[in-house]
Amino acid sequence: MMGKLTLSAIPYNIPIVMGAVAGMIIAAVTVLGLVTYFRLWGYLWKNWLTSVDHKKIGVMYIILALVMLLRGFADALMMRSQQALASNGGAGYLPPEHFDQVFTAHGVIMIFFMAMPFIVGLMNFVVPLQLGARDVAFPYINNMAFWLTVVGALLINISLAIGNFARTGWLAYPPLSELHYSPGVGVDYYLWALQIAGVGTLMGGVNFITTILKMRAPGMTMMKMPIFCWTALCANILIVASFPILTATLGMLALDRYLGMHFFTNSGGGNPMMYINLIWTWGHPEVYILILPCFGVFSEVIATFSRKPLFGYKSMVYATACITVLAFVVWLHHFFTMGSGANVNAFFGIATMVIAIPTGAKIFNWLFTMFRGQVEFSVPVLWTIGFMVTFTIGGMTGVLMAVPPADFVLHNSLFLIAHFHNVIIGGVVFGCMAGMNYWFPKAFGFKLDERLGKASFWCWIVGFYIAFMPLYALGMMGMTRRMDRVDNPVWHVYLIVAAGGALIIAAGIGLQILQIVYSIWKRVELRDLTGDPWNARTLEWATSSPPADYNFARTPDGSSIDAYWEAKRKGTAHPNPAASYRPIHMPSNTGTGIIVSGFAMAMGFALVWHIWWLAVASFAAIPVLIINHSFNENRSFYVPGDVVARTEAAASR
Amino acid sequence: MTVQSQVVGDDLLLHDLEEEAHHDDGSMTTLGFWIYLMSDCILFSAIFATFAVLHNNTAGGPDAKSLFSLPYAAVETGCLLLSSLTYGMAMLAMQRDAKAQVVRWLGVTLLLGAGFMTLEIHEFMDLIAQGAGPDRSAFLSSFFTLVGTHGLHVLSGMVWMVVLITHVLRRGLTPENRTRLMCLSLFWHFLDIVWIGVFTLVYLSGVAA
Repeated sequence: MMGKLTLSAIPYNIPIVMGAVAGMIIAAVTVLGLVTYFRLWGYLWKNWLTSVDHKKIGVMYIILALVMLLRGFADALMMRSQQALASNGGAGYLPPEHFDQVFTAHGVIMIFFMAMPFIVGLMNFVVPLQLGARDVAFPYINNMAFWLTVVGALLINISLAIGNFARTGWLAYPPLSELHYSPGVGVDYYLWALQIAGVGTLMGGVNFITTILKMRAPGMTMMKMPIFCWTALCANILIVASFPILTATLGMLALDRYLGMHFFTNSGGGNPMMYINLIWTWGHPEVYILILPCFGVFSEVIATFSRKPLFGYKSMVYATACITVLAFVVWLHHFFTMGSGANVNAFFGIATMVIAIPTGAKIFNWLFTMFRGQVEFSVPVLWTIGFMVTFTIGGMTGVLMAVPPADFVLHNSLFLIAHFHNVIIGGVVFGCMAGMNYWFPKAFGFKLDERLGKASFWCWIVGFYIAFMPLYALGMMGMTRRMDRVDNPVWHVYLIVAAGGALIIAAGIGLQILQIVYSIWKRVELRDLTGDPWNARTLEWATSSPPADYNFARTPDGSSIDAYWEAKRKGTAHPNPAASYRPIHMPSNTGTGIIVSGFAMAMGFALVWHIWWLAVASFAAIPVLIINHSFNENRSFYVPGDVVARTEAAASR
Repeated sequence: MTVQSQVVGDDLLLHDLEEEAHHDDGSMTTLGFWIYLMSDCILFSAIFATFAVLHNNTAGGPDAKSLFSLPYAAVETGCLLLSSLTYGMAMLAMQRDAKAQVVRWLGVTLLLGAGFMTLEIHEFMDLIAQGAGPDRSAFLSSFFTLVGTHGLHVLSGMVWMVVLITHVLRRGLTPENRTRLMCLSLFWHFLDIVWIGVFTLVYLSGVAA
């Protein structure tokens, strides 16, 4: 009846896990209790959970990302402290099987459930507004995509309380991840969490490409789109082209584990290196899916706060497109040590170095945008400058490792760990933070506090260097990744310093939480009534903050690169709000997305625990619900013109 | 914000050019579906690549030559190709606004699809009965997965076809239903093209090698 699931699946005897679970349960009960106490369920269900509004979905994605940042960062602190304690003869406090779950969960959560939702959230919120559109192409699919991502995140958090998580590293390389070597449920949690979330991501990719290609404001040709939309387009092309490979690869691993197939096993003719090739043909484009939109954020921020048009718009577009293509021809640099021969390694090494060229062009474009501009050192600009310095260093260590002979020495060492944190924290995290500070007033109508934002930035960047520069040195000295303890006393001091750096980053995260809470408290003082607090350039600032459900009362004109700036210059930015309006056609909310995701969740859990009846029942429910939705004929409505007029009058008061 | 709203059906809007539209005249759905199909194509290419790498790894078990029969695969191919033709007939009927003929041709397509699936399931059962199941070797794992993934697509296309027949019978050839028929048409022909790949790489080159 319950498959492999018994009460012994709950790890009563591990106090650290039980403490974390208790914390999660208390937090969840508190939130649910407050929602019930204030009778917010109806409001939440009608206005948020079933919403097809891209702005609300974007905000929900970012809330998910911030929550998962805390979970993933807790894992990081555990790893840093364990290595600091267990590098000088001590045993530390984490046994190997627990430490292995911690580093796996850290990687999976930070990439799939922190960075991805944050980026997708920013794209959701910003892209339709920048295009001058009322919503995305497929609003209902957008809602479902979000909830499927949530299901993935929930499954991973459930694995903490019921059963365990994978002990394989974040990409679950076989043969270790095969049934023979990982007989528990950990890898199964990994597989189903990523499969379900991956379907959501793919839906989002299709949605955004269609939106960008078909829903631009009149006059907005491709080469007049804001640069963030270009980077979003390229990132979504990468999603559509690479996520199916992830689905296929994880599917084959699941077939190995569930039906005894032999894709990647040691026996039966399987080939584990096939998995590693396949997973990296997804995995390398994935890092560009994360970084390209961040490049877009930095471009918007630096142009706005330098009071100049972005330098080299066209070269920025071409550089982005170049990176998109090159993203697919470098995957083998993740395993030069496979032994594919000098010529193959040389090709992938050179292709990897070539990516530094368009990326370097971008760095120069940003620098030239600042050159002779009136740069205002606001919080988003600090993150941007911090990014330019940090990312350049990370990029150079990457080029260093692109040299195959050097990689043979550095492969799987802490040098690699330092390198990719250097580009992912310095690029993606800084980009997300810049984007959050930049667009927060658009989403909520008030700014985030500057002082706390700057304090948080300085903690992050100082903490980053103190935490990761020692890892470069340790990598050079030969320390490999994923070790729960080390015997070399020389390394001890480096690991202590790195742990100290992690604590400084923790202070940065604390200050960020404080920044948000404090800004909500002081929202009246921080209020922005103009809709354009930064004197910005692109169309999202042409409407009120927060924008009405329909975004724009009239479809804006997009016929120049900085369309809103141009309109402000000509004096046409704010037409008379008292004029009459035509009715606006909008999509209706639907609960199908969240209900389908509920069944997807039940299916994932049932598959992990081999509860076959539940898996079959919930799998069957999903198409039934979707088909049922296709018979729903009330999928859109009109906002009448006089309601638009009243809303606009209220917003411009 | 509470917005008083008036609820209307979708297709009324398509003729109303005056509104500030959240516009879709069907071209957006079709483009989105094309993009989805391309992603599906990449899913298949990953599995094709795996088959290409693993097809000689028989682990001492049976190989393609001893397992597959070309005439059998040819009948399967015939079923599927013919079903693409009949789907095309349904689309022609749609263009003539001949609702009854659309439903009839979709029915024929459905039967041919069912014929294909029956043949495929029979082949799978037969192989498993011979001890050549997917757990026998990497070659057979990749064979069952490649052909099975295609089969599951055909099956979901058939479910979708039943749903669309219901839609057409209920509401006729509305613009929305035309877009849906168009999307399924793309899907169905796409599966045909994938099958050509399967037939060539798995059956033809397997038996000829």
